Order: sequence, then C-alpha cells, then structure tokens
Amino acid sequence: MTVPLAVAIVMSIAAAATPLLIAALGELVVEKSGVLNLGVEGMMLIGAVTGFAVSYTTGVPALGAVAAMAAGALAALIFGVLTLTLMANQVATGLALTIFGTGISALLGAPYVGITTAVLGPIFPAALADHPVLKVVFGYSPLVYVGLALTVAVWWFLKHSRAGLILRAVGESDEAAHAIGYPVLKVRYLAVLFGGAMAGLAGCYYSLVLTPMWAERLTAGRGWIAIALVVFASWRPGWVLIGAYLFGAVMTLELQSKAAGFSFFAPELLASLPYLATIVVLAIISAGRKSAKTAAPACLGRPFRAST
Amino acid sequence: MFETNRRGLLTGAASLAAVSVVGFPAYAKIGGKKDKVKAAFVYVGPVGDYGYSFAQDQGRKYLEQKLGDKVSTNYVENVSEGPDAERVIRQLAQAGNDIVFTTSFGFMNPTLKVARQFPNVAFDHATGYKTAKNMGNYNSRFYQGRAVLGTIAGMMSKTGKGGYVASFPIPEVVMGIDAFTLAARAVNPKFTTQVVWVNSWYDPAKEAEAAKALLSQGVDVISQHTDSPAPLQAAEQAGVIAFGQAWDMTKFAPKSQMTAIVDHWGPYYVDEVNRLLAGDWKPRSVWWGMKEDILEMAPWNPRMPEDVQKAAQKIVDETKAGTYDVFTGPIKDKSGKLRVKDGVKIPDEELLKLDWYVEGVQGV
Amino acid sequence: MGWKLEPRREESRAMMLAAPVIAVVATLIAGAIVFTLLGENGPGAVYQIFVAPLLSLNRWQDLLVKAAPLAIIAVGLSVGFRANIWNIGAEGQYILGGLAGTGVALQTLDLEGGWILPLMILAGVLGGMAWAAVPAFLKTRLNVNEILSSLMLNYVAIQLLYYLMRGPWKDPEGFNFPQTAMFSADQTLPMAVPGTLIHIGVPIAAALGLTAWFLMVRSITGFQIRVIGLAPDAARYGGFRQASTMWLAMLVGGGMAGLAGVLEAAGPFGQMVPQFPTGYGYTAIIVAFLGRLNPLGILLAALVLALTYVGGESAQTVIGLPAAATGVFQAMMLFFLLATDMLVRYRLTRTTPAPARTAPAAAAGEPSAGSGRPGEPPPPAGDRIQRERTEAAAL
Repeated sequence: MTVPLAVAIVMSIAAAATPLLIAALGELVVEKSGVLNLGVEGMMLIGAVTGFAVSYTTGVPALGAVAAMAAGALAALIFGVLTLTLMANQVATGLALTIFGTGISALLGAPYVGITTAVLGPIFPAALADHPVLKVVFGYSPLVYVGLALTVAVWWFLKHSRAGLILRAVGESDEAAHAIGYPVLKVRYLAVLFGGAMAGLAGCYYSLVLTPMWAERLTAGRGWIAIALVVFASWRPGWVLIGAYLFGAVMTLELQSKAAGFSFFAPELLASLPYLATIVVLAIISAGRKSAKTAAPACLGRPFRAST
Repeated sequence: MFETNRRGLLTGAASLAAVSVVGFPAYAKIGGKKDKVKAAFVYVGPVGDYGYSFAQDQGRKYLEQKLGDKVSTNYVENVSEGPDAERVIRQLAQAGNDIVFTTSFGFMNPTLKVARQFPNVAFDHATGYKTAKNMGNYNSRFYQGRAVLGTIAGMMSKTGKGGYVASFPIPEVVMGIDAFTLAARAVNPKFTTQVVWVNSWYDPAKEAEAAKALLSQGVDVISQHTDSPAPLQAAEQAGVIAFGQAWDMTKFAPKSQMTAIVDHWGPYYVDEVNRLLAGDWKPRSVWWGMKEDILEMAPWNPRMPEDVQKAAQKIVDETKAGTYDVFTGPIKDKSGKLRVKDGVKIPDEELLKLDWYVEGVQGV
Repeated sequence: MGWKLEPRREESRAMMLAAPVIAVVATLIAGAIVFTLLGENGPGAVYQIFVAPLLSLNRWQDLLVKAAPLAIIAVGLSVGFRANIWNIGAEGQYILGGLAGTGVALQTLDLEGGWILPLMILAGVLGGMAWAAVPAFLKTRLNVNEILSSLMLNYVAIQLLYYLMRGPWKDPEGFNFPQTAMFSADQTLPMAVPGTLIHIGVPIAAALGLTAWFLMVRSITGFQIRVIGLAPDAARYGGFRQASTMWLAMLVGGGMAGLAGVLEAAGPFGQMVPQFPTGYGYTAIIVAFLGRLNPLGILLAALVLALTYVGGESAQTVIGLPAAATGVFQAMMLFFLLATDMLVRYRLTRTTPAPARTAPAAAAGEPSAGSGRPGEPPPPAGDRIQRERTEAAAL
C-alpha cells in the first residue's frame, strides 16, 4: 500500500467515524443517566439543517455548528419535557422525535436545497493541513478533533468527576440517588440536553463538512447506527471511540476494496454487519453481566417520579 | 382501435366517477378538445432531493410556464413504490386530472392497474416498458449524455482512469456505464472505468466516501449515477473533474463540473398536454433524447480546453443530427469477446435490458 | 402556590377515553398554527388532512386498506407492551412475514389451487414469529434487552430483503430490475367487497382486533399479561412465569407483524419488491399508543394514522403542502397524546402553602415504595417515590 493511499484511507475512516462518535457519546451520557432517547436521527437532521442555514446566512460555518448544537438541544428538550416531566414512554417519544425531526428538517430546509456553503474545514495552516503526509494528522475539520477530545472528556467526566458520579448513580438507581438528595430529574434533563446538542453537532458534520449542502434525510439513518454503537461499546466511552472508528473502517474499506476492483462480501452482508455485531456484543456482555462494569445502566428506559 | 373502444369504456368510468362524493367532471373524454388541462405528477423522492425528482419537478414548472392558463398542475412527492403509489395515482385520477405522469420505474404496475380503472384519464409512465390503451410511457436517452461525458473524460484524464459512483446494476445504469466507457475509449483506447456500487440512489455521505475511495485509487475523473451532488463536491475538494447528475450542479462544484446531464422533461410534458388540448392524445412509447430537447448538456465549464469543448460539442451535434450513436459496433464486452459487429447498432429493445459491460469497465 | 401532579387512586376512565381525543384536537389546533407560521395554509392543511378524506367514499376505501396492516401489527404489539415487553422489531418481523410468504409463492408459481394462499399466509405468520423469536431467546436466555436487539434486527431484515431481491429471487424476466415475478391469481388476496379495493386483509384486521379485545378482557392469559405489566413483583408471587410471557408476547407480536407482511405482499403489492418496507412496523407503535393498547382503540387509531397518510397526499395536490408535513402532524399527535397520557394516571392539583395532603397509599397494582420516609431532608413537598408502571428495561 502506498503512503498516499494509506493517508486517504485513514482520513476517510476518520470522516465516517466522527459523526457517529459524537452522536454516540451524547447518547451514551443520556443512557448513563437512565434515559433511552431513540430520537437521535431526528435530532441529527434538525442539527444538520440548522447548521447549514446558519452557516449559509452568516457565512461562518463555526456559528452553524454552534446553532446546530442549540437546535439539537431544543429538540431534546421536547423529549425531556415529555419523558421526564410528564413521564411519557421513552421508546414512543423517541420514535416520535425522529419522525418529527425528519419532517420539520425537510420543511425548514426547503429554501436551502440546491445551494452550498463554506466548509467547516481544516484549522491548521495550509503547510500542515495540505501536506501530503502530515495532513493525516492536521488535515481534518475541527469536529474530528472535537470528537476525540469529547471521548476523553466524557470518559473523565463519568469516571472521575463528582457530577459524573452523580449521573451514574441516577442511572443505576434513581430511587437511591433521590434518597441521598440528588436531583434526579435535573440530572437527567441536563444529560438529555447534552445528548441533543451532540446529536445536533453530529448532524451538522454532514451538512457542513462531509457534504456541504442540505437535502432531505441528509444523514440517511446514521442516527440509528449511533444508537447501536452505544450498545456495541457497552456504555464505555473508549469503546465508543473504537467502535466508531471500526464502523468507519468497515464502511471505508468496503468502498476502497470496490474502488480497487475487488470485493469480499455481498454488500448486503456488509451493510448489516454493524447491527449483527451489536447483537452479538449485546449477547456477550449480557451473558457475562456479573461484572457490573459492562452492564447497561439499571434504570435505562424507566421513568422516575418523586412526589408527595 | 383506440377510438372505437373509448366510448364503451367511458360508460364504466362515468359510473366509477359517480361513486366519488368529491365528484369531479371526470367525464370529459381523452379525445375531445379541451380549453384547459389538469396534469398531475407523482414523484418517488422529495422535490428537495436536488436530483431526479427535483429535475422532474422542474419539468412540471416548465410546463406551467409554457402553457400558462391552459394548464394547471399538482404533484405528490415522496411516494413509495407499491400500494401507496397505486392509492396516490388513483386519488389523482379521481380528483379530475386529465393526465397523470408517474415518474419512477416502480410506479409501472400501479399505474397500469389504475389506468385500467380510469379509461378516460391519460397516464404516462416514465422509464418503464408497459403500456395500455390509455397509458403511454416515456424515457430519456440519458446514455447520449453519458457519451459526451465519456468523451470529455477520455480527453482530459491524465491517468486514463475514471471513477463511476453507481447505484444499482439495473439496465439504465449499466447503459450509462457502458456509454461513458465506450466514448472515453474512442478517444483514449487505454481508458478504464472503475465502478463502485453504493447500493443506494441517495446516501450523500456514502456517495462522497465512494468518490474519495476512487480518488485514492488514482482516478482523476468522477462520474456518477446517484442522486446527490456529494461525489461532485468530493471531486471539487480533490481538484479533479466531474459531472453533474440530473441537473446543473455548478453551484456545488464551480471548478470541477465540466458539464452536467440535465434532465429536461419539460418539452415532453408540453407536447403531451398540447395533444390533450388539441384532442388527439394517444398513448405512445417515447424514447426521446437530445434531438427532441429533453436531454441537455449544461454549459461547458470555461476551464475545459477548447479542443475538448469542440469534441464534446461535436458529439452533441452529431447525436442531434442522428449521425452518431455510441452503441455502434464493434463493441467488445468485458472479457474481450466481440458482442456487436462493426457498424451494427444495438437495437433499443436490447439496450433496455442491457446487462453486460463493455471492455474497460472494472469493478462490476 | 403552584400546580403539581398527584397520582390518582385509580386510572381515570374518563381521561382514558378523553386523552386521545384531546391529543387529536390539540394536534389540529397546533398544526394549524405551526403550518401558518411556516408560511403554509395552516387551517387548509388541517382540513385537507383530517376532514376532507372522510367525506369521500373512495377515500374510505383507501383508509381501510391502509389501516389494516397498521392495525394488525399494533394489536400484536399491544400484547407485549401491556406486559412491558418492548418489541420494536415489528418492521423486521413484517418484512420476514412478507418474505416467507413470497418464498412459498415463488415455489408455487406454476401450481394452482386454493391451498396456496393459506400456505403463504401460514408461512408469513411463522416467518414473523421466527424473527421475533431471536430477541425472545436472547432475552430469556441471556437477558439481552429486547428493545435494542429487536431494533437491530430490523436493519438485518432489510438487508436480507435487498439480498434476495437482487440475487436469488430476482424475476428472470424482469429486465434485471430487483423484484420478484408477479404473484399468480391463486397467490393473491381476494377482495372482501367486490368492485372495491377492500381485500380480505381488512376484515381480518377487524376480526383480530375484536378477538384480541375479547381475549385480553376475558382469558386467563390476558389477565396474566396485564398483571405482569401492572405489577411484575405481584406477578412473580402469583407464580406467573415471565419467560413464558416473554415468549408469548414476542411470538404474538411477531406472528401478527408477519401476517400483516404476507397480507400486504399477497394483496396490494402482488409481488415482492425492495420498497416493501415502508415503516409500518414503527408507525404501528404509534398506533398502539394512540389506541391506548386497547385492541378496539387500536382499530380506531389505525384509521386515524391512515387518515394522516391519505389526507397528507390530498393536501399535497390540493394546497401544495409538502409531504414532510405528514410526518410533522403524526409526530405532533403522538407528542400530544404522550403529554395528555399522564392525565389518566395523575391529577393536576393546586399546591397550597399549608402542609401538603398526604398522598393516598399506593394505588392498587402500583408496586411503588411505601409512603413517607421520616427523617429525610424534605425534597420538594414530600418524597414518595413512585415507580411508574414500566418495568426495568435492564439488560
């Protein structure tokens, strides 16, 4: 394999992995707090269209990314109010959020179809970012580095910070957490908003970096892969990183091998691989669930209510 | 034949229409002169896809613009191919449309079913092969445009390797790949086309990644048969040439897009509606192309060298004049076997079910 | 002074019936406002989607045909949902049902006889069950969360469909297009009402809804399922086996989804195509909730959802409303329903500065922790923690 080819492959993997990584890290924090939000795809689409619209209007892609986070969080707020305050079923609410996001993004995005915007491109000086070899380190959109930094941040937050400890306590046993005096609902709200912001950010990776444009259903189902990824990683940030890059590698190598003129599998098998792998991992970690570390948050999907 | 049958069929239609509570004057017969035509369009994708359905909808707008008061149009977008399509088409027939254009291959059987139930409504199905007494079909010779792209690619490629981001191996796509490769090899006999199937009509991220994968394998031309501008954008970023799909996509790749195959359905729609207005509509099997102006090339990019512009224009002119057809033998297939003899043209009915690749196509 | 939610002693029957109505009415009002703000004809959109189709006999046929698969899947799912078993894999089970029926059809293309269609239907039911058996097995043996495993299998099912369409099952005379041959007359659903579009799937859906309602209300198994859903702990004491309920719920849900699949394939489609899945499996979840998990309610809810589709299409042609608006309406309806849902179980009361009333003891069937815990720092007005009626979705 030549050096330029290796560089191209690594960069493609990072490009495919980054949005999955960011969205999955957001969802991981949500699930760690004991909430299952299946609306990731919807929030990503809302982020994608908002990011594009703001970037196009202001000419500043970074503003678009910020707006995408805000919009994702706003969408997540709908989910939060319904499932946390009003104790609605989380599965149904998440599905509704995805349907909502798909529809509203198409409506809001209609004026932006068929135009392009500035790319949220490399931040390092061109000497580094365009260097034929060094670009493998310096040639990415800032969101790629954000994804990596976020992995560390989420890992540190959950493992070493007090707030993270509280979050995990809430996810493991909301009753006990409440009894100790932790504000269960507040913690979950914050987690859900964070998840929404990250989904929004992941969504705008498509509309501002990978394919700087808006078209309906731009994310083409990646939100569901992000949800699968959280499970695949058995709720550990480091494994989300590995899993995202692994998924990215599978996608990239499929296309690379075809471009090189050979293919190993039926494309259908390859396309279902992430989901099959997730089921296998689920089965393995569930079977060996004696080790508490790998288990899902005990309260996942259960509503919580403290009242008189 | 058609004329004599119509009257008898009409009675049945009238009783059907009478069932409708939202009753519309669906009694006007296909044959009679009309002052105004109501035309409906059924799209498989959202008009916001900026690809196939978008281009179809531009055709609808063209129709409105050209015929003004004499036509009113409406459309349903994002219609799944299957029972949903059948329901939508029937609903449009019941709603008093004089003609219903169903614009995707998967609408063929639903259109046929509904056409039988509404003999006094005209139906037109795109890219299929079935017809009925009140159902015609129409298609565009996209491959003529592919031959232009191939010529440009063959002349401008330095590596002699072109990349092709393709959706599914159906005849339409196979035809495009073959036409592109034949035309390119006519100017550069060593030219090869590397195909990557993305197994989707529309998945921008995957299309972009496929283009990048091709680029990293050394291709310096990107062609595509998928619906989003993503491969074009990837080419722009990499600084290689590429071509727009279905519509002029210059905005997405001002430097890279040399030209684009523009689906220009409008003139056909105008023709069909004019026939209805004049009272002489009959179902046809139409396979038009550049000559009839339903396929256009977007303006040449000024960055294209003059000799290439000339050669491309020559293909266009000769295609229009009927003196050039890319599918003229000798044509060898992938394995090197002679499939079409010297001077022989592949007949239309064979083209429509084309399932073999010409010499120089790789990765299929 | 403020408002707070207080659990009801019993679920309010009035609210149970009122909540979906409130949700639909709120959707109509909010929809009109939202779409006006988006620059569309808001009131016109509401009229075209929710009213106009009801005024046409033709549209009623469309509604029934569209509602039938939704109702069949949702009735099946409601059995599981009542037992807190979250099968969201109906989409995959629907596909497998269609594929299994197609498999039979392709083997019998040259044969004739009245036995073919029943065999296809049987295969469809079994196909759906088989696909649902995977999450059931994983849950009962390995304690794998069925929400996640059933969801993942949906994508696998779609890829399986694609594979079969592009490979082994492709119609040899189909111009290389990825789809099967058309089914023969003996493989196609007959019409229930001649001269209309209403195939026998429609009465089957209605009959299944009524049967399910009867069974849920009257049978021991139905009782068992409801008890497990309401009170898993009590159910365990009662000696009901959760594993068997899991299997029952998944197989019923999968079998019904498979049935819906084969009926669609043999009915409106008349062949198998890659575009076969259109999200019925997900929409049916909305239907199940909108119908309050009650089979009769589900029949009605399926019609309401069908109305949004059929009406959405006419709104496109009549007032040019974009297709995406249909999804927004559906989502809003579900949002409002989920929001009003708590009125069934909770009551909105005013808090007064005076000491809060002690809440009634946990209502029957609610396995919550006991009331007041003396000695704890008072979180806002008391601290009875109540677990809602949803069991742990633990892995």
